[in-house]
Amino acid sequence: MSLKENITYLLSYKIAGESLIKWNTKRAFKNFKPPKSWRTDILAPPLKTGVFTKEIIAKHYLEGRYVNGVKPVAWVTSGAPIEILKALGFYILYPENHGALCGARKAALEISEEAEKKGYSMDICSYARTDIGSTLSKKTPVGKLPKPDLLLCCTNICQTVLYWYRVLAEYYKVPLIVIDTPFVYDEAKEHDIEYVKKQLEASIEVSERVAKKSLSFAKLKEVVKLSKMAAELWLEIMSTNKNRPAPISVFDQFIHMAPIVEKRGDPETVDFYSKMLNEIKERIKNGVGAVKNEKKRVLWDNLPIWYKIKFLSEFLAEHGVSVVASTYTNAWGELAPMMEIERPIESMAKTYIYPILNRGTGHKLKTMEMMVKEFNLDGAILHSDRSCKPYSVGQMDQRIKLLNELGVAALLLEADHNDPRVFSDEQAKSRLKAFVEIME
Amino acid sequence: MEKVKSIGIDAGSTTLKMVGVDEEGKILFSIIEDADPKIEEQTDRLLGELKNNYDIENSKIVATGYGSNLIKADKKVTEITCHAKGIYEYFKTGGTAVDIGGQDNKVILISKSGKVIDFIMNDKCASGTGRFLENTAWRLKIPTEKMAEIALSSDSEVKISSTCAVFAESEVISQLSRGQKLEHVIKGLHRAMVKRITSMVYTVGFNPPLMLSGGVAKNKAVAQMLEEELGEKPLIPENPQIMGAFGAALIGLSE
Repeated sequence: MSLKENITYLLSYKIAGESLIKWNTKRAFKNFKPPKSWRTDILAPPLKTGVFTKEIIAKHYLEGRYVNGVKPVAWVTSGAPIEILKALGFYILYPENHGALCGARKAALEISEEAEKKGYSMDICSYARTDIGSTLSKKTPVGKLPKPDLLLCCTNICQTVLYWYRVLAEYYKVPLIVIDTPFVYDEAKEHDIEYVKKQLEASIEVSERVAKKSLSFAKLKEVVKLSKMAAELWLEIMSTNKNRPAPISVFDQFIHMAPIVEKRGDPETVDFYSKMLNEIKERIKNGVGAVKNEKKRVLWDNLPIWYKIKFLSEFLAEHGVSVVASTYTNAWGELAPMMEIERPIESMAKTYIYPILNRGTGHKLKTMEMMVKEFNLDGAILHSDRSCKPYSVGQMDQRIKLLNELGVAALLLEADHNDPRVFSDEQAKSRLKAFVEIME
Repeated sequence: MEKVKSIGIDAGSTTLKMVGVDEEGKILFSIIEDADPKIEEQTDRLLGELKNNYDIENSKIVATGYGSNLIKADKKVTEITCHAKGIYEYFKTGGTAVDIGGQDNKVILISKSGKVIDFIMNDKCASGTGRFLENTAWRLKIPTEKMAEIALSSDSEVKISSTCAVFAESEVISQLSRGQKLEHVIKGLHRAMVKRITSMVYTVGFNPPLMLSGGVAKNKAVAQMLEEELGEKPLIPENPQIMGAFGAALIGLSE
């Protein structure tokens, strides 16, 4: 920790940057109006509390620019058990979230081509390509990413992360913690949970060494509490869509989920989602729907198509279709009840073994069937994601079952979460429009 | 001059189809032309020519197909709905409609009442579409319409393993250079295409009868092989290529 780095951090981030961002948020909140390109004819205005999403994310990446040498930095997978790192004061970066941000800002292709130039195949995960491309070329729309001091890779979302993080460990020459989560077909066995718990306990020592301090269990409990509170609020926000019209579309959720992923365990994340929930409740009271003329309600399965969110949101809204539930955004809320503040490590082991992608395809089908019933849905869009096989496997059968057993229209939409080369506007439109016509 | 109640225009990737119907839904005329990139001008010209023989003053116009955005129409409907409507009204039965077009294949499950229950279209690649045969025919310098005849004349077939329209072309050339007979290779090519379509049919679930539409339905070898693979003799309209435009015209009647 050098004095120079500390002073730069203090001046550039804490004093100048953070104040400027806060001031901007205040101004944006006070003079709130939808962006000029916003289709107010078919969509409700964006959530006013969305200005805080921007603030949280802007602060997060700005801090990242100056944080090396000031706080220990960890790069982690999206489903990683971050509570221990948070309690040790790590700055946490999620390469997948950064990848999504690159996708939404239409920068992912150029960056992932940097990885492809070095020989990484076009067939590997487009998040991995974006991250490795960004690591190698230093290209990023956020200015600069901090170097990791530690890598934490949890296999509860896929096996690609294992190889991806080994590449990062080799490149940055930093310790890599792997939390291996056995696949859950039905129920997790006691010894599976014990196995994850042992790994979590073993990870403490490595993390402490990198952080150069000891873990405080009181602090860990506090982080678990905040993590649980934020996830429960997120779950409540998603369930407000059981109302007709649905107040917040899944496309809005894709944007506003950034804090629950990236800033889980922080007090400001809890405050943020409380504010958002209040605004949504206000919408419900006033009968405001995310889609102005909500005629049909559908679910979204799999990752977002980050570079086509606006296109899809507007195309569906034009046809009176509101996307009200998704297995993807649900993943950051559904496990909240498992977290136990008084048994942090044990409950983390259980929570992090159960994400949807670490469970059988039958479980995902059940989740979708539950959504169809509880959210009163007319259809399902299953995004078949070219470079995310763990999420896409089983969709052919799931689609047929949704159609035959629940009688809802179901569409398999071929695309990729971050690689725009796989998406064709006209083909997507013709399939989506036919899907809408079937529901009519 | 005969009064045209409704006109359906199907602007596909390869050809443009236009069908006019009277108030009973009877076909008064049908036109098929190679698709011009300037679809708007092409449809304007065709409509202009029609005025010489038909009264289209108050005709409803319903457009479908990839080029439909460029057409001035009273309504735009997807090909799925149009093909299902056309096929259903033509044969007066539900079942499985298979449309094999220039770039898209569609398999549509139609209920007894004519409603679309489910559909599937080929994904990001053109394997099994009309383009698959066209490419190879062009490479072999054989007119596309001769392909079926050659395939049917063959008593044996070579297995073509690639279903990719581009790679199949090179596979065909390499098979020929190994001394395989042209008709055996062409029959194998048809088989590869039909197997690709059959797998799409099974994906949505096959519910007889099998009804074909689209330009490729005119290919007798494809029809025969589909029968072999699915065990059902397909019903084929007199002019399968215009089913989408016919469906579009019928939709215009209820506008």
